[in-house]
Amino acid sequence: MNADLHPHVLQTLARLRESVRAAAPILVDFLRDEVEKTGFRDVVFGLSGGIDSALVAYLAVQAFGAERVHPVIMPYRLSSPASLRDAQAIISELGLKADLVEITPQIDAYFSRDPSASLLRRGNKMARERMSILFDHAAVYRALVLGTSNKTELLLGYGTQFGDLGSAVNPIGDLYKSQVRALAMQLGVPDAILRKAPSADLWEEQTDENELGFTYDEADALLHEWVDRWQTRAEIEGLGFAPELIEAVMRRVRLNHYKRVPPIIAKLSSRTIGIDFLYPRDWGM
Amino acid sequence: MLRVGMAQMTPRLGDLDQNLEKHLDMIQVARAQGASVVVFPELGLTGYALRDLTLAVAMRVDDPRISRLIRESTDLDLVFSFIEESDDHRFYITSIYASKGQALHRHRKLYPPTYGLFEEQRHVARGETLTSFQTAYGTTGLLICEDAWHPSSLYTLSLTGTGVIYVIAAGPGRALSGSADSSSQQFWQRMIRTHAQLFTTFIVFVNRTGFEDGLHFFGHSFVAGPDGEILFEVKDDKEGLHLADLNEAQLRSVRYRSPFLRDEDPESALRRMKQALRAGRENG
Repeated sequence: MNADLHPHVLQTLARLRESVRAAAPILVDFLRDEVEKTGFRDVVFGLSGGIDSALVAYLAVQAFGAERVHPVIMPYRLSSPASLRDAQAIISELGLKADLVEITPQIDAYFSRDPSASLLRRGNKMARERMSILFDHAAVYRALVLGTSNKTELLLGYGTQFGDLGSAVNPIGDLYKSQVRALAMQLGVPDAILRKAPSADLWEEQTDENELGFTYDEADALLHEWVDRWQTRAEIEGLGFAPELIEAVMRRVRLNHYKRVPPIIAKLSSRTIGIDFLYPRDWGM
Repeated sequence: MLRVGMAQMTPRLGDLDQNLEKHLDMIQVARAQGASVVVFPELGLTGYALRDLTLAVAMRVDDPRISRLIRESTDLDLVFSFIEESDDHRFYITSIYASKGQALHRHRKLYPPTYGLFEEQRHVARGETLTSFQTAYGTTGLLICEDAWHPSSLYTLSLTGTGVIYVIAAGPGRALSGSADSSSQQFWQRMIRTHAQLFTTFIVFVNRTGFEDGLHFFGHSFVAGPDGEILFEVKDDKEGLHLADLNEAQLRSVRYRSPFLRDEDPESALRRMKQALRAGRENG
């Protein structure tokens, strides 16, 4: 956290963390309601050992009980051994049974035809491989896939389209990273997971904050001012945020908006999906 | 004594038959507990986030399903809500007050919100009239959700000395605004208490529960008395029937001690409002 930030911003962060005090029961009810009314009883999700999927695991067990919750651990050969240990700690803490699916064979087989592929391409491919495994497990367990992306990631577009962004129901998509941490702490997620640096764990030594170029605390406070409090760029500058940081964050949000909406369809008829064929998602449920 | 049954319920989106069954079940329970009136939330018969389903679930007031509910009101009164289709095919968010097997009063939502997460006026028309009506429990008024955010609605009802106002709602929670005191139910409670105090009236707020497309309807139905105090409060967001006893005699003492209704001068207020409107137009 930039020490020059206005005290107001520090207060905002503290309030953001405080505001999730009563969120867990709502999210637990949300999961149960939105899953069960579709006719499903079970859920499946990727458990990475990071804080986001850990929080989803804790909420899901409260909503459905361990029997109906099916985490899948999908390491690649370069994934950090600590991640695997942390995932296993959650499994044993919550009494879950997890599936372990190594994705190394298919990822390495695919890139053997193009060994110079960039880290970004490899990372995206892994994310989509995991998504495809989750949806296959959903068929095995007759389950819905839970999303584990938080609001900060979704806004920044820090995720892979049709990869980790692909899910049926997401209980944590309206919580900033700092709120995820606060809620995870409240629900008893192990300390080792709360304390470690957030990482997509797509390659060695990767951390989110290094890759993004700013901290989650900065991003959360800035996004909260802009998105939730409707503050203008000038007002946000007045709070002590560096203009370059504001530009970097706003640019990411803008450029990645396509990841948050369904594919656009060329309108030809009088009623077009995504434009004026307006039904609720929970239609008939 | 007016025993209000607050049917804080979760409708199933777009499923009229199942929602009607749930209404009938809750009426049975309320009847067994001696309720004088049972109040269902906004769009309890249809669910809220309808969008283009509006066309599919709309009913005329003479629809057999509406008649079925009205017939239940022989020994207790009912307030329920649905999408109403008028003879000229306009669609409204409507609530009906039924008593003694008849529809005693119909209210069409005056202010269907269309901002932020709300998109009601894409699909429904605005109601145009607001009047109170007489029940066995005195002069009564109906408001639907956003109607209550406009003080003119309450003021209008107060002109006839309305003593009980039913505000039915499909209020979604926006609890995590980052400020501890701004969760939606606290917003609502503060406002309704203020209205009750200013217009010296009972206000019964019945909100729905459950989730639709991620929206969390927060329940927390309550009754405010004519001095602005909370008389009864549901402290959860769960489905359930709750009973609250209102003592109409309280109006007498409160209106003597706080004679806002007596001292209000609506004719003069109307002249001042017209002047203000004219001045506003002239000042551009």
